[in-house]
Amino acid sequence: MAFVSSGYNPDKPMENRISDIGPKKFDEFYPPVIAKNKGTWLYHEYIQPGVYFHVAESGDKVFTVRVGGARLMSTTHIREICEIAEKHCDGYLRFTTRNNIEFMVDSEKKVKPLVKDLESRKFAGGSFKFPVGGTGAGITNIVHTQGWIHCHTPATDASGPVKATMDVLFDDFKDHRLPAHLRVSLACCLNMCGAVHCSDIAILGYHRKPPLLDHEYLDKMCEIPLAISACPTAAIKPTKVEIGGAKLNSVAVNESRCMFCGNCYTMCPSMPLADTEGDGIVIMAGGKVSNRISAPKFSKVVVAFIPNEAPRWPQTTDTIKKIVEAYSAGAKKYERLGEWAERIGWERFFEKCELEFSHHLIDDFRDPAYYTWRHTTQFKF
Amino acid sequence: MAKHKTPMLDQLESGPWPSFVSDLKQQAEVRAKNEENIEFQIPVDVVEDLLGVLELSYKHGRTHWKHGGIVGVFGYGGGVIGRYCDQPQAFPGVAHFHTMRVNQPSGKFYTAEYLRKLCDLWDFRGSGITNMHGSTGDIVFLGTTTKQLEEIFYEMTHNLNQDLGGSGSNLRTPSDCVGSARCEFACYDTHALCYHLTQEYQDELHRPAFPYKFKFKFDGCPNCCVASIARADMSYIGTWRDEIRIDQEAVAAYIGGEIAPNGGAHSGRDWGPFDIQSEIFDNCPTSCMWMEGKKLMIDNKECNRCMHCINAMPRALRIGEDRGLSILVGAKAPILDGAQMGSLLVPFIKAEEPYDEIKAVIEGIWDWWMEEGKNRERLGELMKRQGFQKLLAATGLAPDPRMVQEPRSNPYIFWNEDEVEGGWTRDINEFRKHHQR
Repeated sequence: MAFVSSGYNPDKPMENRISDIGPKKFDEFYPPVIAKNKGTWLYHEYIQPGVYFHVAESGDKVFTVRVGGARLMSTTHIREICEIAEKHCDGYLRFTTRNNIEFMVDSEKKVKPLVKDLESRKFAGGSFKFPVGGTGAGITNIVHTQGWIHCHTPATDASGPVKATMDVLFDDFKDHRLPAHLRVSLACCLNMCGAVHCSDIAILGYHRKPPLLDHEYLDKMCEIPLAISACPTAAIKPTKVEIGGAKLNSVAVNESRCMFCGNCYTMCPSMPLADTEGDGIVIMAGGKVSNRISAPKFSKVVVAFIPNEAPRWPQTTDTIKKIVEAYSAGAKKYERLGEWAERIGWERFFEKCELEFSHHLIDDFRDPAYYTWRHTTQFKF
Repeated sequence: MAKHKTPMLDQLESGPWPSFVSDLKQQAEVRAKNEENIEFQIPVDVVEDLLGVLELSYKHGRTHWKHGGIVGVFGYGGGVIGRYCDQPQAFPGVAHFHTMRVNQPSGKFYTAEYLRKLCDLWDFRGSGITNMHGSTGDIVFLGTTTKQLEEIFYEMTHNLNQDLGGSGSNLRTPSDCVGSARCEFACYDTHALCYHLTQEYQDELHRPAFPYKFKFKFDGCPNCCVASIARADMSYIGTWRDEIRIDQEAVAAYIGGEIAPNGGAHSGRDWGPFDIQSEIFDNCPTSCMWMEGKKLMIDNKECNRCMHCINAMPRALRIGEDRGLSILVGAKAPILDGAQMGSLLVPFIKAEEPYDEIKAVIEGIWDWWMEEGKNRERLGELMKRQGFQKLLAATGLAPDPRMVQEPRSNPYIFWNEDEVEGGWTRDINEFRKHHQR
C-alpha cells in the first residue's frame, strides 16, 4: 500500500489550489427528456406502486421507476446502479430526498424490462437490491441518521432498526392501500440529524441515564464553562474533586434535573451518556410537513421508551405495525395519521392503537407544556 | 472467510428490504479480491473492521466511535468530520474513519459516468462506503484517514470540478426538491435558486463564521417534499397569488370516474367512486370551492393554496401563473429548547435571477443573527429570545397579518418611546401640582 500523491504538495498547500467551486451544475445531469421539458410538465399518474409517468406540454412523457435503497451504500452497489442506468436509461438516474433511487425512461415500452431487471436482483443474503415501490398512499423509504455505524452520540442504531422496520412494512412499500402517504423517519439521538420531529411515525433514540463523569480527564479534554453552558436545564456546575491526592477541576451534575439530551457530551467528551439498559427508542406519531388540508404538525410522543433489542428491535417494529394498522382501519381517504388522531381525539388514538398512556407522555417541559393540557370539558369516554 | 464473526448482523441479511449488511459484506469481498488492482490508500480490510465494530455495538448496545477530532482541508472549516474508533487495537482498519461531505447536485440527478468517477476516487482513497445521501443532502463519503483528506480534495477539485459541502457553524449544504425539472407543482425553479445561492455563499458555506449551523432548503410548492418548513433556518416554499387554472372537461372526467383521483395514488383499495363533495370540497380548508351545475367554481381570493385539490385532480387543476415563493424562517429540530416550525416572514417574493430581493432578506437576517446570536443559538431560538419585531427591524420588512396565526392575546406591548406622544420624560413636580402626595 504505497502512498500515491494526487499532486497536492503539503509544503505548499496553496499551490494550484482550487476552492469555493461549489457543486456540479444540475443541468449536466438532466436526462434529455427532462432537459427538454423542464418547467412544462402538465400532470403525473401512477401505473403501479413505484412506477409513474409525467406528461409535458410537448406530449413527451417521462416514466419513472422508484426503488428503495439503504442509504448506507457501497461503491459496489452504486456501480450496479450505474450499470442498470446505462442498460435501460441512457446512463441517467436520480436519488430522492428519502433515499430512494429513481430510474427514468422516455417510453412506456422500456418500463417493463426495467422493472423486471430491478426486481430480479438480490443480495447474497436473499434481500432485494432494488425493490420497486414507495409511491402514493403507501409507505416510502425511511429517512434516517448514522447510528452505531459512524456516530459518537447515538442512543440506538439507525441502519438496523430501519432494515427491521422496512421488512415489517414492506407490503405497504409496494402498495397504495393506506388512506394517505405515511412517512416514517429515524433519528438515533435528540440531535435529530434526520429531523424526525414532523413525521407520521418517528423512531427516536434516547438516553435515560445522566452523563458519566471522567473526572481525571475532564479538565484536560473539555472547556468546563462550555460544558456548563451547554446544559439546557442548568444541571451542571463546576466543582473540585480529589483523585489520588490531587485536586482537579471538574463538574457536578444535578441528576434529577437531567433531561438526557446529551448536549453536554457534544461539548465535552468526558461526559458520556451511552448505556446498554439506559438507551433505547421513543416512538412519536402524527407529524407532517405538508401544508395539504391542514398545517404542518409536530410528531407527539406516544411510547416513552422501548429497549434496544438488537438485531431486529421486535417491540419497536410491532408497535409501529400496530399504529399503521389502526390508522389504516380508521382514517378517511386523504387523512394523514396526525389528522386522524386529532379528529378522533388522542384519547381514542391510544385506545385504537392499543398503546398504554403513562405519565411520561404528559408534557412538563417549559411553557409549551401548558398548551398541551386539556382546557375544555370536551373529551371522550 | 470473514475477518470477524458477525452473528447478530447476519440476522439483518434476511427479509425483503435491501440489507446494508449484505452490501457491506459484498464490498468487503470486492476489496479483498481487488480484481481491478487498485492501490488502496487506506487498509484493504476497512469494511471487515467496520462490520466488526458494528457487531460489537450490537452486542454492547453502545456506539464505539469517539468524539471527532479537528481535521479538515486547508482553508476550510467544514466539510470533514473527524471520527476515531474507541477500539483501534481490535479494529485497526477503522482506527481513523473520517467523513467527507460532498456537495450534491440540485435535484440529485446524476449520470452513471459521474457517479463512477466518484466511486473510483472513493475506492482508491477511502472505504468505498457512502451515504446516498446524508440527512442534509450531501453525498457522504464514510471513512478515510487524515492523510487522504487533502489528496481527495485535490483530486475532487482538479479532476471532477466538485467541492465539499458544509459542516459545523456555517451555511450547511443547501438542498432542494425535484422541482420544475420533473414536477408540475413547482412554482419556481428550485434547482436554479439552490445552485445560485450555494455559489453566491461559498465563503459562508466553507468557513464557519456563524453562531451555529444555518440551513437553506428549497421546496417548489406547499407539499414540502424536502421538509424545508420543519428543518431549515430559511425555507423557500413556492406559491402563487393569482388563480388556479381549471380544465372543466377534466373536472367532468374526474366526476365521471374516467380519471382516477390523485394520479392513482389510492389504487390499493376500493374507496368507491370519486365524490367531489366529500373528497375535495369537504377537505378544502377554506371552503372556497363549489359546483355551479357542471362547472367547478373556485373563489381564489379565499384559497390558501394548501394544494389538496390540485394534488387530487392534477389533470383538472394547475397552479397559478403569477408565481414566486414564501420565505419562512427559524425551523429546527428539538435540541435544545424544543422543536420549532418555520415562521412566515415573507408572504410572497418573486424568484427571478439575480435574486437580489431574496439575498437582501438573507443578508439582513445574517447580520442580525451574527451580531446578537449566542454561541450555538439557532436563528429560531434568537427569534424566540428577542421577538419577531427584532426580525422585522433586521430585515426592514413591514408587519403583515399573514405573518401571524393570530394577534397577541396579552397587552404587554413593549412600546418604544418614540411611538408615544410627548415621549417619556416628565416632570414629577408638574404632576404633583394636580395630584397631592
